[in-house]
Amino acid sequence: MENNTKRYWKGLEELRNGEKFVKNAHKEFADFEATDPGKFTSLVDGVTSQRRDFLKVLGFGMAAVSLAACETPVRKSIPYINKPDDIFPTIANWYASSYSEGGDYASILVRTREGRPVKIEGNKLSSVTKGGVSARMHASLLGLYDNEKLRGPKKGEADIKWEDADKQIIAQLGAIAAKGGQIRLVSSTLLSPSTKAVIADFASKYPTTKHIVYDANSVSGLVKANADSFGKAAIPAYDFSKASTIVGLGCDFLGTWVSPEVFNKQYVQGRKLSSVKDGKRTMSRHYQFETVMSMTGANADYRAAIKPSQEGLVALALYNKVSGKSAASLGADIDACLNKAAKDLKASQGAALVVSGSNDPAVQTIVNALNSALGSYGTTIDFGTTAHNRQGDDVAMNAFIDEAKAGKISAVMFLASNPVYDHPRGAELKEALPKIGLSVSFNDRADETASLAKFITPAPHFLENWDDAEPKSGFYSLTQPTISHIFKTRQAQSSLLKWAGKSENYHEYIESHWKNNIYKAADGSFEAVWVKALHDGVYEPNAGAATSGASFVGNVDAAISAVSSRYKANAAGLELALYEKVGMGTGAQANNPWLQEFPEPISKACWDNYANISAKTAKEQGLSQGDVIKIEAKGQSIEVPVLIQPGQANGTIGVAIGYGRQKSGKSSDGVGANAYVLAKMVDGHVSFNAGEVTISKTGETREIAQTQTHNTVMARKSIIQEARLADYQKDVMAGRFLAKVETSEGPKRATDISLWNGYEKRNHSWGMAIDLNSCTGCGACVLSCQVENNVAVVGRQEVVNRREMHWIRIDRYYSSDAQVDDFEGLEVASENPEIVFQPLMCQHCSNAPCETVCPVLATTHSTEGLNQMTYNRCIGTRYCANNCPYKVRRFNWFKYFDEDNFENFHFSNDLGKMVINPDVTVRSRGVIEKCSMCVQRIQAGKLEAKKERRRPVDGEIETACSQSCPTEAIVFGDMNDPESRLSKIMEHENAGRAFQLLEEINVKPQVSYLTKIRNKDIEVKSEEKA
Amino acid sequence: MTKLPICQNNFITQFIVNFRNNFSYKTFFRDIINTNAAPNYRKIPLQYQIPILLLWREKANFFNMNTVKTNLHSKTMRSTAKLIVAFGLLFCTQTMAQDAAAGEALFKNNCSSCHAVTGERVIGPGLKGITARRDLAWIVKWVNNPQAVIASGDKYAVELYNKYNQAQMTAYPGLKEADISNIIAYIDASNAAPAAPAAGAVAAAPSSGGATDSAPSALFSYILVALMVVMLLVLGVLFAILTILSKAVTGNAAATSAANGASFMDTLKANLSKVSQNPTIRTATVWLFILLAGKATLDGAFNIGISQGYAPKQPIAFSHKLHAGQYEINCNYCHTGVNRGKSAHIPSANICMNCHGAIKRESPEIQKIYASIENQQPIEWVRVHNLPDHAYFNHAQHVNVGAIECTQCHGEIEKMEVVQQRSTLTMGWCIDCHRKTEVNTKDNAYYDKLVSAHKLESKEPLKVANIGGLECSKCHY
Repeated sequence: MENNTKRYWKGLEELRNGEKFVKNAHKEFADFEATDPGKFTSLVDGVTSQRRDFLKVLGFGMAAVSLAACETPVRKSIPYINKPDDIFPTIANWYASSYSEGGDYASILVRTREGRPVKIEGNKLSSVTKGGVSARMHASLLGLYDNEKLRGPKKGEADIKWEDADKQIIAQLGAIAAKGGQIRLVSSTLLSPSTKAVIADFASKYPTTKHIVYDANSVSGLVKANADSFGKAAIPAYDFSKASTIVGLGCDFLGTWVSPEVFNKQYVQGRKLSSVKDGKRTMSRHYQFETVMSMTGANADYRAAIKPSQEGLVALALYNKVSGKSAASLGADIDACLNKAAKDLKASQGAALVVSGSNDPAVQTIVNALNSALGSYGTTIDFGTTAHNRQGDDVAMNAFIDEAKAGKISAVMFLASNPVYDHPRGAELKEALPKIGLSVSFNDRADETASLAKFITPAPHFLENWDDAEPKSGFYSLTQPTISHIFKTRQAQSSLLKWAGKSENYHEYIESHWKNNIYKAADGSFEAVWVKALHDGVYEPNAGAATSGASFVGNVDAAISAVSSRYKANAAGLELALYEKVGMGTGAQANNPWLQEFPEPISKACWDNYANISAKTAKEQGLSQGDVIKIEAKGQSIEVPVLIQPGQANGTIGVAIGYGRQKSGKSSDGVGANAYVLAKMVDGHVSFNAGEVTISKTGETREIAQTQTHNTVMARKSIIQEARLADYQKDVMAGRFLAKVETSEGPKRATDISLWNGYEKRNHSWGMAIDLNSCTGCGACVLSCQVENNVAVVGRQEVVNRREMHWIRIDRYYSSDAQVDDFEGLEVASENPEIVFQPLMCQHCSNAPCETVCPVLATTHSTEGLNQMTYNRCIGTRYCANNCPYKVRRFNWFKYFDEDNFENFHFSNDLGKMVINPDVTVRSRGVIEKCSMCVQRIQAGKLEAKKERRRPVDGEIETACSQSCPTEAIVFGDMNDPESRLSKIMEHENAGRAFQLLEEINVKPQVSYLTKIRNKDIEVKSEEKA
Repeated sequence: MTKLPICQNNFITQFIVNFRNNFSYKTFFRDIINTNAAPNYRKIPLQYQIPILLLWREKANFFNMNTVKTNLHSKTMRSTAKLIVAFGLLFCTQTMAQDAAAGEALFKNNCSSCHAVTGERVIGPGLKGITARRDLAWIVKWVNNPQAVIASGDKYAVELYNKYNQAQMTAYPGLKEADISNIIAYIDASNAAPAAPAAGAVAAAPSSGGATDSAPSALFSYILVALMVVMLLVLGVLFAILTILSKAVTGNAAATSAANGASFMDTLKANLSKVSQNPTIRTATVWLFILLAGKATLDGAFNIGISQGYAPKQPIAFSHKLHAGQYEINCNYCHTGVNRGKSAHIPSANICMNCHGAIKRESPEIQKIYASIENQQPIEWVRVHNLPDHAYFNHAQHVNVGAIECTQCHGEIEKMEVVQQRSTLTMGWCIDCHRKTEVNTKDNAYYDKLVSAHKLESKEPLKVANIGGLECSKCHY
């Protein structure tokens, strides 16, 4: 993995050529290492070869075969009694709907088969999310089939009938209202205008009701600052596509901040390049200042690691530098980066954007002033339409907890919220809750908060619901049920309406609310608008509204003095920064094995949270990877293992929120530690900059399930190819590595020499182009593929054993400017490396090495360019995986869908199995599997075309990964169709950025990659070293 | 025994002699393998040919023979049936009055959608014996304007009207009295016909289906008997030849033994015991046994999981023979998915109700459908065609795009009282068809490019196999 100037490595163990890494890298399949010796010890588990076990298996096998031969089971075919007109068995139905959980939003399409939802895709008709769907949203489908949800309402521990629960709750509410007792409704951000109307109706019946909104990962400091600066207590709409210089201050806007689905699309739009003559050869430049190496930081052109205690001062220094004032030094690296950023910001006046993830209103006020000075309002920041994704008010939430502790609250209801778990003062609330006379939770399970409530009146999953959403002002969308209620659940809105003495039909309620408040008469009759909105999923009367700016009227001086007093340029202590993981999020969906096993884009770790520590700090503290440490602050402590993370600021620890659930379900309980408890309050706002902490080793070690060096492609030269923008502008082939082979006639391109005749692809030639410059590493493809292709979850221990099953993985490579032989430089580089993301799935080689070694022809080649895998022929020799240069083949070590060791995951129960895509075989033990390029979709698409007596149209057939890529980094198509996007890209990129992995071995993959281009100045190299 | 007085050059004799004198497996196999070494018996000896032939046949069978056989069989049956029907019709037209023929046409055009010629109730009452119930004048009045007859308060008419849920019969004012008498003549003739000695008269009707079926088997049994007689004769001749030959070979010895009074049976016994003591013959027998047993095992193994002929009892005795055969209801009237998707769809009860809302309501089998709807309990049909889960078959691809007839895989469904699996549904069966079948490229722009490319290099028509129809991931993913 080296080319002429750079060295790429996937983990520190690889950079240092650690003993274990070297050993593993040459072994496709790990030696068995069980932490629990009681588990996995027999041959049935596929691990040892005890003779007795062998005989047992042999005997059983014989018996099973002879039994199976005797009788074929009678199978029933059960038709509908009265077939609904629009359902045809085996043909999927699609419904437009909306995902909105905790303020995260996407307009979605739901694919249902025989009445059950099996896949979520993005809805391209929405001008808010434009088809973007995050990994977490893809995974949310599994929440529908979570076996651990409540089957019906509960009073305490006991089941209760809905009528009885209603009666008792209404009686108690009435009594409380009569006495003037205080009622609180606590929720996470609600995007639904109708739900808010329902709450208003409820409050008019019970006037002491107050609605408290809080967010687990709060931006209420930003809202407060906007109120102070512009008189607008809202989050404006950002447009990263219009910015030519972007500065992120501790703000993971591509991963977790406000609405990453939207920002990903915009950001990459400003960074797409084209090698076509007169094509786009400019891209935005992105600076990032942050503590924890985030996905956003990984995409930045320049990144500086800062301590949380410097955050405010970085904003201030940037503000000072842009406005030409002097600024205090924060260290050479940071200063250099700040100077450069300030210079670029000034140069791109009107096309600049500074965003900060800080929840400190003072910092945000300075950022507002900075953006104002740069002319961002009205250009890259729009107050004309505001984003509603985060509406939490930390001050109000704190006030509620204070009141609850003081016994001033008579009734409380929790709607889509779990503050006992995900609020820093959860423990205080936990003590106060039993004192409250009436407490009701609408959550779907008896979680940390609900289990303390007097009543649980569970709401169904959003796919069973009617709802609406307004993610941006004037942009509406509808949620419609795609399955009838699985359990005896009732929507929270229906419950509230019922308790307010109204009709509980929320569907009609939404319709009338839309008719009276949302629908614009200019759009035609309401019925037509409503039906169209249901069909399209969206209604956007505000689309095309002009952007509007805002004039800054805030008090910068007060903010500066607050920042100067709160932040320090050179704090010595060890500081803790909490952060949200791209996959797990706030932990609301923790009991989702797909999300638990989703490798975090940067650390590539799953099934845990851990203490991110830089190599230098770890050395100073005497820590090494896997040491469990106790982190203590303000009387709270958590124990997590250490993960050495390149790019983490020295002297800091980063710990993810969203773990350490206790009452969420089998998949999540006890996984990791709850880091919310360590968050602190700044000015009444929750701050994830938890300040100084003390750490101590517990003496235990815990291996982290980290996939970064699994499936390592070894000793090759052309895996990653990248160039600087300036070089690319001069030569579109900049950074390309052209593999040459010595022959008797002199050196030749490796691709020109072959032993093979190749395959004729007369009909179709399916392929992909993957733009490394557009891939932000978000991982939506990984989960989309997992859902589409029934990829099994294997669990923590099996990931540790290097046996994860994902068909597509995103390899994250670290690199630096340092020369390959500059060891000192490399050591420095590992402190703040550059990062490239490379999605890697089966490359569908035309000269496939796997095919030639299969002794049973289980893997063969198709005339459409696909490398086919036939599970029923596979006998599990695994030669193919040994011979695969890309390490994309996966072996089924177990019968994941039917074995006790995996009982915690959805495949093991009948409800969880409902998520299985009926178009794809569930693989059994002992066979190899791998990316099929979604052949089931190809076959379905071709048939659709044949039925209509025409050729397939480009875009009609999409693989799961290409369809779900929010940035269109993965483009799938037919290379034989000259009109396809893929053909058009390859037409000019073939002599430009397109390269194929490991060209030197000439396996002729159907998948091409486009070089990564960094918008970095070339002279920077010497500057950085200085 | 060393002399070979006759048939010196005869292959069989030579073989027998060699077999007796100097047979050894070593040389035998050497000779088979290295045919040049022993030009005399280059061919594989007969008794070794049999198992080899069997194996070869089996191999051929694996792909083609079964389907071909089935087709042949059914073809014979079909043509025989046709013959008999034609004969019957001929007979029928000869004996029946001329007005019945005109009546038949009228009946089929006007009446048959609601009435049967038998006593069976369709939508209206069966018309058997109508003349016994009503006089012609009444019938004419009724047919021309039933509403008027009911309105006139005719007791029989009102009763009839109420009995049939007050569903009124369509008026046929255009039918004259002569026409109606013709129709009645046809009805009477139809009802008289099955009892007549010429059983084929209404052979097309389902009740006589059994007769057509049994006819060819009788024919076959005659042929079989004749064949057996011939074989017996041949056997006798052979025995005679054998006796003469053995006399010629053994000369006087046989005569002496005969003179000694030893019976023919004793000689046979002695010979047999000699034969059974011959180690070569013993070994050969053992080998034969092993080979046959092996073949039986292989046959068995090949048939594991193959349910050809599977015809489970269904919860409702639905007859395809009646619906698809007699009434010629198009398959996709009920199997609505056949042109759309993977599954052809087992019809839901509401499809049955399209007709059975009115027809044959009282039948106990139909009552089961009503019960199912009333109790909201779907009918649990037993699945006949069980393709393995890992094989993806799509009806739309084959029926809609490929224009394959249903019967090609499902057999003559229209003749099945109880549906049975006619094809093996093995992968070999699929592949074989993909090798042989031409792609239905007509008027389908999807294939245009493929067809023109194929034409350039081959004169053969474009087969499914030519466009990747044998590739794994076309069916397995």
